[in-house]
Amino acid sequence: MKTLKRLIHPDQIRELVLVLLILLIVLFFGSQIENYYSPRLFNRITTSVAILLVVAVGQTLVVIMRNIDLSVGAIVGFTAYFVGQQLAANNDMSPITAVLLAIGVGGLMGLVNGLITAYGRVPAIITTLGTLAIYRTILVDFSDAQTIITSSLPAWLVELPSKNLVEFGNFDIRWMFVWAVLVVILFQLVMTYLPWGRRLYAIGSNPDAAAQAGLPVERTMLIAFILCGALSGLGGFMFLARFGNITVVAGLGLELQIVAAVVVGGVNIFGGSGTMLGALLGTILIATLEQSLLRWAIISEFWRDALLGLLILLAVAADAVILDRLRNFWARTEVETLSDIEAEPLKETPHAL
Amino acid sequence: MRFNWQRLRSWEGLLLLLLIIVVIINVILSPFYLNLGNQINLFQLSIEKIIVALAMAFVIINAEIDLSVASVMGLSACVLAYLFDQGYSMGVAIFAALLSGVLCGAFNGFWIAYVRLPSLVVTLAGLIGYRGAARILVEDRSIGEFPDWFDALGQQPLVGPIPVAIIIFFVLLIISAVVLQRSMFGRYVYVIGNSLDVARFSGVNVKRVKMTLFIISGTTAALAGLLLAARLGAVRGNTAEGFELDIITMVLLGGVSIFGGTGSLTGVALAIILILNLRNGMSLANITGNTQTGVIGALLILSVLVPNWTQIINARLKRRQFQRTQVQEGG
Repeated sequence: MKTLKRLIHPDQIRELVLVLLILLIVLFFGSQIENYYSPRLFNRITTSVAILLVVAVGQTLVVIMRNIDLSVGAIVGFTAYFVGQQLAANNDMSPITAVLLAIGVGGLMGLVNGLITAYGRVPAIITTLGTLAIYRTILVDFSDAQTIITSSLPAWLVELPSKNLVEFGNFDIRWMFVWAVLVVILFQLVMTYLPWGRRLYAIGSNPDAAAQAGLPVERTMLIAFILCGALSGLGGFMFLARFGNITVVAGLGLELQIVAAVVVGGVNIFGGSGTMLGALLGTILIATLEQSLLRWAIISEFWRDALLGLLILLAVAADAVILDRLRNFWARTEVETLSDIEAEPLKETPHAL
Repeated sequence: MRFNWQRLRSWEGLLLLLLIIVVIINVILSPFYLNLGNQINLFQLSIEKIIVALAMAFVIINAEIDLSVASVMGLSACVLAYLFDQGYSMGVAIFAALLSGVLCGAFNGFWIAYVRLPSLVVTLAGLIGYRGAARILVEDRSIGEFPDWFDALGQQPLVGPIPVAIIIFFVLLIISAVVLQRSMFGRYVYVIGNSLDVARFSGVNVKRVKMTLFIISGTTAALAGLLLAARLGAVRGNTAEGFELDIITMVLLGGVSIFGGTGSLTGVALAIILILNLRNGMSLANITGNTQTGVIGALLILSVLVPNWTQIINARLKRRQFQRTQVQEGG
């Protein structure tokens, strides 16, 4: 029992539960919807996961630091429109330039969020609620009521979403999905092994203590916001590639889905805990639910938001009520096992002192 | 304590100064600005938001936030429209709409006060969920053609040139000012906002106060949703979407600290009048509604940023002064 407890941590239980939940949802809809296990639906889900995922990774960085970025939807919309416009005007632009442009523009918007939040000491919720409105306003004024249309975009961009890495029968593993997963892996490594990643957890757990310990709280926060903006910019680029037709309402309300995915994925809204893997699972759960509800005949697609709201609440409540107890339980047994281990060698080899 | 009070007073003074400047610019911009019709119109165009802002002031002073108000407004309007569409009488529909607000508020309050979840997450879930519920009821339809007396309530003046919503606002303003500044309950709201622990150890029933506040917030939002439905004459799934930005901006601009514990209704009332006049002036200057939203967003950030920076600079100046006197004493 003790070894089992040492091998499995409460947060892994949470991820296990998420995997089970996703399986249950798939099985449930599989029994409800005819021809549910079709390649088309699979491809649709992975493509929509890809876009949500890169943005969710950025949001996770910010949420782990006890902040929140509500402006991501507006950043996705603006970069999608801006890059689309540049590509439409200049079809020869190289793909790498376009991606870098999207990341740069997003990063710049993240920089503004970060400066106001980290150095202006404005709570992130206020900053990003404000910039959400400001960025959307800039987009509407900038667009001059024009729409980006697919036919004006270069061919490589339009074909991008349907490009595959490998195919299993008709089940495609698309490049965009692979990119998104690579981003997840990259940031999971950063969060686990780089000092900067560990710092995020430290600051999120207790900002005052982190500042007292000499961690550069403001700078770390600023970088987290810049990265969140840059990843949202990348998401905007993928949004452009997927939809082609971009209007001023692109990405409207996306922030809610992203926050939902991150919170459901077990990233603690109080900061200090959460993993990229969790964010990945949360995103898959939400995208699967959304795409499945669209095809379910019994209830209308209008149920989506209501269910999403309920899901967030349940995820947070479960985290606060059940997982906290589990963690306490684990911490207690860990202390016991630790004292066992320390006590034994002391008896046998006193000179170790 | 004395320093705080002075800062508050100067913040309200600043608001008054800004208001005077905006009014002067507006008068120069348009000869019609000072007309009684325009002044009433300026109130009426945002009357639902400013009614909700009063309740929001209580919630934020209590160091919580309610992001779900705009969705509750939409839900209450949709409940009204749905029941009316199903053939129920207007009285039943209005009652059910108000009840939906009470229930939403109680639902938020339960998770925040009793399970102790952060209000930010609970009401964010509410923002999505209640809007979803509204969409389930109305789907993508637009429901209108309410009875004439209901539309008249929102569109026609009741007493002289003044419509009923404006009367409701001023009555609520007086009631809230009395409750917040003169009653036991108001004191509790401040104490909890200042320090949860102090409040708890002083024997304040924190749970009940928080629960009451969120029910009030939900009910007020539902009432505002009804007034909005009456004024617009039709309800859609996205009615009142995004209103939370304006509402929170009004409260924060009024000098209520986002961290709770400070602020007054005088400040909030001044901020409301300031924003209304600013929007009106921008409309007179042909600035689009979209740009106005951007300006409000910037105002929201500045209303927290400016007091923060003045505080930081003040603290720095004080420290320097302190060091100087120490050096002098030492020498």
